[in-house]
Amino acid sequence: MTLLLSRWQFGITTVFHFIFVPLTIGLALLLAIMQTAAYRSRGDAAKQAKWEQMTIFWRRLFLINFAIGVVTGIVQEFQFGMNWSEYSRYVGSVFGAPLAVEALLAFFLESTFLGIWMFGKGRVSARVHLASIWLVSIGTMLSAYFILAANAWMQHPVGYKIDGNRAIMTNFWAVMTNSTLISSFLHVFTAALVTAAMLMLGISAWHLRRTQKAGEKPHPVFSASAKLALIVGVVAVVATMFFGDNQARLMEKQQPMKMAAAEAVYNTQDGASFSLLTIGNLSGDPIFQIRIPHALSVLSDNSWDGSVQGINQIQAAETAKYGKGSYVPVLWVTYWTFRIMVGCGILMFLGLAWGMVLLYRRKLDTSKWFLRLAVPALLLPFLANASGWIFTEMGRQPWVVYGLLKTAQGVSPIGTGYVVASLVGFTAIYTILAVIDFGLMARYAKLDPDSVDEHGQEKSTGGDGSADDASADLGSDSEHHDDRTPALIY
Amino acid sequence: MTIATIAPAYTGLEIFWFLIIAVLWSGYFVLEGFDFGVGILLPVVGKTELDRRVMINTIGPVWDGNEVWLLVAGGATFAAFPDWYATLFSGFYLPLFLILAALIFRGVAFEFRAKRVMPQWKLAWDHAIFWGSLLPSILWGVAFANILRGTPIGPNGHYLGSFFNLLNIYSLLGGITTLLLFMLHGSVFLTLKTTGEIRERAQGVAKILAPAATVALLAFLAWTYANAHHAHDTGIVPPFVPILAIAAVAGVGWLLREKLEGWAFVANAVALVGLVATIFLNLYPRVMVSSISPIYNLTIGNAASAPYTLKVMTIVALIFTPLVLVYQGWSYWVFRARVRRPGDPVEAVVDVTTPDSPATEATVAGAVVSGPTDDDGGAP
Repeated sequence: MTLLLSRWQFGITTVFHFIFVPLTIGLALLLAIMQTAAYRSRGDAAKQAKWEQMTIFWRRLFLINFAIGVVTGIVQEFQFGMNWSEYSRYVGSVFGAPLAVEALLAFFLESTFLGIWMFGKGRVSARVHLASIWLVSIGTMLSAYFILAANAWMQHPVGYKIDGNRAIMTNFWAVMTNSTLISSFLHVFTAALVTAAMLMLGISAWHLRRTQKAGEKPHPVFSASAKLALIVGVVAVVATMFFGDNQARLMEKQQPMKMAAAEAVYNTQDGASFSLLTIGNLSGDPIFQIRIPHALSVLSDNSWDGSVQGINQIQAAETAKYGKGSYVPVLWVTYWTFRIMVGCGILMFLGLAWGMVLLYRRKLDTSKWFLRLAVPALLLPFLANASGWIFTEMGRQPWVVYGLLKTAQGVSPIGTGYVVASLVGFTAIYTILAVIDFGLMARYAKLDPDSVDEHGQEKSTGGDGSADDASADLGSDSEHHDDRTPALIY
Repeated sequence: MTIATIAPAYTGLEIFWFLIIAVLWSGYFVLEGFDFGVGILLPVVGKTELDRRVMINTIGPVWDGNEVWLLVAGGATFAAFPDWYATLFSGFYLPLFLILAALIFRGVAFEFRAKRVMPQWKLAWDHAIFWGSLLPSILWGVAFANILRGTPIGPNGHYLGSFFNLLNIYSLLGGITTLLLFMLHGSVFLTLKTTGEIRERAQGVAKILAPAATVALLAFLAWTYANAHHAHDTGIVPPFVPILAIAAVAGVGWLLREKLEGWAFVANAVALVGLVATIFLNLYPRVMVSSISPIYNLTIGNAASAPYTLKVMTIVALIFTPLVLVYQGWSYWVFRARVRRPGDPVEAVVDVTTPDSPATEATVAGAVVSGPTDDDGGAP
């Protein structure tokens, strides 16, 4: 029971954390690009004003999102010890290292320069202020790289030896250049950009449609944001699919069971077809199924008649290798999460390509259906991210470290009552945070950029009609007698 | 007679990482200590919403960076002493859950507080900051006292006790000690970073807290020291460390009366480092004490990671730690100015007026930057 509850807690925490993290990674880079554009268009007042206004608008959404990413990240750092103590003892020598390096290299960089970026305007030069958002962006990428290094080692352990009942690191470089890591980092990083781009596009589309309906001119901030989001998004979505495909090929070699489970292929086939969707039983007796002939062989082996290993054959091979037991993950989970991820990816690609056509024809601001559909479409990347993550983790089961340690062996020997308490507690906390976050995001996403001052605060005319915030500009006594602290963030 | 002398199962590398982890916790206590303190004092020193905003702004740009010290301490423990990490966090499960919950609400509170103008909204987040600062301030003290006092750890590093084994008078005294030290630290920080009424109130609170924190630290360290010899393996408990810590915090009140507030902050930081140092010196070479039998103690030998991992980590730490200290120190320098309410006169700063008024500000930045834990020798 402790095992089951601990798995739920880990899954809920990680999936919840991963709602916010890709958006942080993607938006940090997009904000760095926007602020660079603003910096470089000094001298052209209108252009500079537009880029600055864009930066301010998206920055507020970024900060709301960033906060939750940070606090749920703290849980990540400690939950291995809390709920997976036996796992921690077994892997600490290898797995702990990237985690520690992540904190030292990435977390300090992110948090320190985020502070400079949020509060430092007017205290540091424009150049240093610009550099600080780039350093935040680099910090988010480093963080992703190191945590994926730890995760990639669980998927495909390298650079270690088994010493007694522990895995011992023998080659740090091998751990940091794991083929699985490079492939998954590129997939996750580009997916993060798609996430940020889809969010920007969706919110911009809502504003463009709003002004369109009111018969007003489109706001330059949203025309430009939609354009930037489309260009970044379409490149990133193609890259995500490319790297995802690359990852699938690696997986076929490194974790054949996961790939077979993604497809629910029971028996090894040559020229395997790709199952698009299945109604009924996955075990080979479906009520209704759509399949694309040969597609699976092409996807996983790059050849028309390539062989795809089946679950039964892999199960037999793994039983021979590791001993009795089931090595098959929960098929309906792997099958459907894989389909949701790929399906969302394809939909986003089609949508972004459509948007590019409109953009090319200069019809983006006047289109009706595209702008309408782009708003709900901003949920697609989140759905894809969550299902991709669930797929990769559930697909590895029953292993926690593939081929070395089973999940059931890793759990902490603690009373079920404690886990019940923390599971209920964390779930309640995440639910509260989610409600608040979505409320705030929606509220700030709908704001008119013209009703917001340079500190990203609502002007007294814009908000709830209270002049409270705007009038209370905090001063500070620096030697420059800088009376206006951009410290109104709080 | 001791495990250590029978089998010297640890090397210089393991001692080095034990030291690093002590330094990381010292850094965490010194830095997050004051932002916890500010959070706890929110309802005491902050009479109005605006006061509280000024207070929060003093820690706004830095609290997140301070918290990273905790994450690095956690990560470093995982990598260097996996069994310590595993036993500590699975054994102290419930307190850690409470700490995490507190840090979650506190962290988002800083970000979300100003996002709506409704007073109830702000007040709710002020509560989150208060409780989110109060709980960890007590619980870290409770946790460290228990690590040292000994908890029911059995074979394979498995924690065999329950939550209630963690509640005892010694550990509660530890919790009160860290709470009072952090509150004092926060109040001295506020006197350095604010002006006018808020500053006066913070001074008043600091003068009350200073003797209270001194008594608590004296009691806690005396108890620790009295227990040390019979509990200790190797007998390395230099008495000057706890004495220095107590002397430092005892000096805070006097330094405040002399208006040497920068030095008061330094003194309190010394007390916090002394507290952590005393705990770690008493622990050495153990990292977690078993109350069942010394054979189940986790030590820097039997809890350590592979030597190769420690070597790699040492190289990474030696390259990047100085860099981190420089830029984190620089960020304190950037935000060295006082935060004041809009109505308050700029001259308020002259109040600081002490014989070394201009130096005070520099001392503050210097103190935080080059506090005894991070030895980068002052602001760049």
